[in-house]
Amino acid sequence: MKKHDTPMLDELENGPWPSFISGIKRLRDTHPEKRINEMTNDLLGQLEHSYETRKGYWKGGTVSVYGYGGGIIPRFSEVGDAFPKSKEFHTLRVQPPAGNFYTTDILRKMADSWEKYGSGLVTFHGQTGNIMFIGSTSDATQHFFDEINEYGFDLGGAGPCVRTAMSCVGAGRCEMSNINEHKAHRLLVNNFIDDMHRPALPYKFKFKVSGCANDCMNSIERADMSIIGTWRDDIKIDQAEFKEYVGLKGRKHVIDNIVTRCPTNAISLNDDDSVTIDNQNCVKCMHCLNVVPKAFHPGDDKGATVLMGGKRTLKIGDLMGTVIVPFMKLESQEDWDKLVEIAEESIDFWADNALEHERCGEMIERIGLVNFLEGIGIEVDPNMVGNPRESSYFRGDGWDGEAVKWYERADAKDKDTA
Amino acid sequence: MAEVEVKKEKKQMRAPIETGAPDGFQYMHPTMRKNFGQWKWHDHPRPGVLRHAAKSGDEIWTVRAGTQRILDVFTLRTLCDIGDKFADGFVRFTIRSNIEYMLKDASRVEPLIEALEKEGFVVGGTKNSVAMISHTQGWLHCDIPGTDASGVVKAMMDELIDEFKNNDMPNRVHMTTSCCQINCGGQGDIAINIQHTKPPKINHDLVSNVCERPSVVARCPVAAIRPAMVNGKASLEVDEKKCICCGACFPPCPPMQINDPEHSKLAIWVGGNHSNARSKPTFQKLVAAGIPNNPPRWPEATAIVKRILSKYKEDAKDWERINDWIERIGWPRFFELTELPFTKYHIDNWRGGRKTLNSSTYIRF
Ligand code: HEM
Ligand code: SF4
Ligand code: SF4
Ligand code: SF4
Ligand code: SF4
Repeated sequence: MKKHDTPMLDELENGPWPSFISGIKRLRDTHPEKRINEMTNDLLGQLEHSYETRKGYWKGGTVSVYGYGGGIIPRFSEVGDAFPKSKEFHTLRVQPPAGNFYTTDILRKMADSWEKYGSGLVTFHGQTGNIMFIGSTSDATQHFFDEINEYGFDLGGAGPCVRTAMSCVGAGRCEMSNINEHKAHRLLVNNFIDDMHRPALPYKFKFKVSGCANDCMNSIERADMSIIGTWRDDIKIDQAEFKEYVGLKGRKHVIDNIVTRCPTNAISLNDDDSVTIDNQNCVKCMHCLNVVPKAFHPGDDKGATVLMGGKRTLKIGDLMGTVIVPFMKLESQEDWDKLVEIAEESIDFWADNALEHERCGEMIERIGLVNFLEGIGIEVDPNMVGNPRESSYFRGDGWDGEAVKWYERADAKDKDTA
Repeated sequence: MAEVEVKKEKKQMRAPIETGAPDGFQYMHPTMRKNFGQWKWHDHPRPGVLRHAAKSGDEIWTVRAGTQRILDVFTLRTLCDIGDKFADGFVRFTIRSNIEYMLKDASRVEPLIEALEKEGFVVGGTKNSVAMISHTQGWLHCDIPGTDASGVVKAMMDELIDEFKNNDMPNRVHMTTSCCQINCGGQGDIAINIQHTKPPKINHDLVSNVCERPSVVARCPVAAIRPAMVNGKASLEVDEKKCICCGACFPPCPPMQINDPEHSKLAIWVGGNHSNARSKPTFQKLVAAGIPNNPPRWPEATAIVKRILSKYKEDAKDWERINDWIERIGWPRFFELTELPFTKYHIDNWRGGRKTLNSSTYIRF
């Protein structure tokens, strides 16, 4: 095998950060299998060619495994004549366990399967949340999938479908957690498994689950449906821990870094170094908990806020998710059923009403939030807006009826809590 | 795009088992399983290490390390060997592709760190550090990239490794890169993204074979594409005055060649923050563009990133993320401190852009 010269890529072997180029070269130079040596050699050749010409040379196509319409990202080389051994270089998207937990045993098993069929290159994880097995021929795709599918791994989404979901470490390790993130993740995505494997929606639909408003999964900006844990009773305060912190850091530090940073001015430092929180005005932003995790804790009445419509640029520009359910409990079976029902209603409504290639948030932008809410059977709530309408351009002849509904809902709520 | 059809033998095919997302519980450290939802507090004994304490009194120690993200099986096995020897064989990956080892007490934390560093992995990325840059596929394996992603990240992390290993920043810094303008790259405190500067060059010979013309026309955000006959063949034409060079037409129609070795540039955006802490989540804002796409090490982009980081470090208060910092000091001061030019391109003219203008007399002198 003649090794391609890679003078530009070699530059990426310098410097202290681990080098992916060195890794690919290890496969080329030391892997016992010739197939892998040759494939990674040609991959390096094509990549060097990209670096020299500043252009990419992959094109898409159609590759799938039996029974599924998606989950594989096909890659055929446009310069396959020069680099024949990597001319098919598909990526398999494989769904990770909720919370991204692995044992070394299962990782080794995946490594063994992958080097049997693929290039030996893998990423935990792509930005989509999938394990990405990078570099498979069309033929090997099926065999590799069959093997890992037998020990519990399934393909993720690609194309216009429900996509692979993500959830934070949450209740597994984090005291900020307010929900069972992993349950929410699996419940939602596995409920739509048919919509994932057989792409037939207007476009992609992503679920992401974060256990608190720190939103480690970036769900508010990137998920069509974002589930973020919160609580609605009082923040828990360990006054002794707080006083110790004040003693350690000083009052100035506490005022500058905690009191004045609360977005709703809900914190006061008392004269005896204890702290009082105006719980009604705390918006559960997580700042004070982040600064003093020993002193502040989420309350007991935990649940989640659900937001809808986050996405990146294409087509109309980046959109942030917006609140559609200010708070819901996620404890009883009934609560979980309700969450799934909201997802189902939303996806159904979107599938029926979106234009081709229109994300859910873009559809909401086009038709207005109220039409979407009416479509999925959710009542309006002032928590859904930053402020009420500023434009007088609306037709309000249904006003009286809507006002009555508001009072009726308020009465019903009173009875509920009475 | 469907020109290459792969024939599959349909006989004797195995039906998939549609299990979906696996249960993470089976791979979770027993201490974490036992204390699920019962954690009380955490602290940060040193960079790269977190200690979480449960109500039961149990502790779990986490050691976080940065990797090359594109892992070869040898590297993956090395990571596993380290996990077997020094942790209990339980790991997880963060959203930024760092590996985390979980240990039930502190005794093996130092040897684990030593072993990781000996193998070239970088322990850090916790709290107020510059976290691992999250990246996309790039020239290595995407069909539409204007640049490489793994290469940009490797070159930048080489220069930011001390910021990854230490906690010298006012608050955490999340960075992201994107090798096209419209897709996978996320929102970040600092984002380094492709920004095309010329309309696509159309390969008319291919359009009629390859593209579904109506869907390409529909994809354009500014309706700049029209069906047209060119040299007697059905093709497309672009109104170059309207075109904003976004590249959205390229994925559905590869003949719309948007990537250009010279004119596809890099742009830098700052102040994206998905956390709700202190202020509502924010999108990133353009600060620099026209930066050469310069493999293999992209020094121009890295230099600007480092300049922004050093000013942020000097000038921001504790706990201020980049967006909080700029909110306090104002954009004029940001451009002054970082010595970046402010141009007409910084003024947003996309729909809704008016809300980004200064409709007040708030001006800092
Ligand atoms: C040619 C078509 C496309 C392909 C093959 C593709 C492929 C991918 C891949 C492989 C990733 C993971 C990247 C990584 O971590 O390395 C990804 C992520 C992503 N893609 Fe695409 N993509 C395509 C089109 C798009 C489009 C049109 C959009 C925008 C509407 C988009 C938005 C995203 C986003 C937001 C992510 C990040 C994942 C997340 O936050 O959930 N992609 N894509
Ligand atoms: S989102 Fe909240 S609960 Fe989840 S890991 Fe982050 S801080 Fe913890
Ligand atoms: S969680 Fe946020 S809003 Fe609530 S008291 Fe703390 S800093 Fe203020
Ligand atoms: S950002 Fe664009 S070019 Fe890069 S991997 Fe994603 S779709 Fe491909
Ligand atoms: S580059 Fe963007 S704006 Fe220009 S024609 Fe293509 S889709 Fe339209």
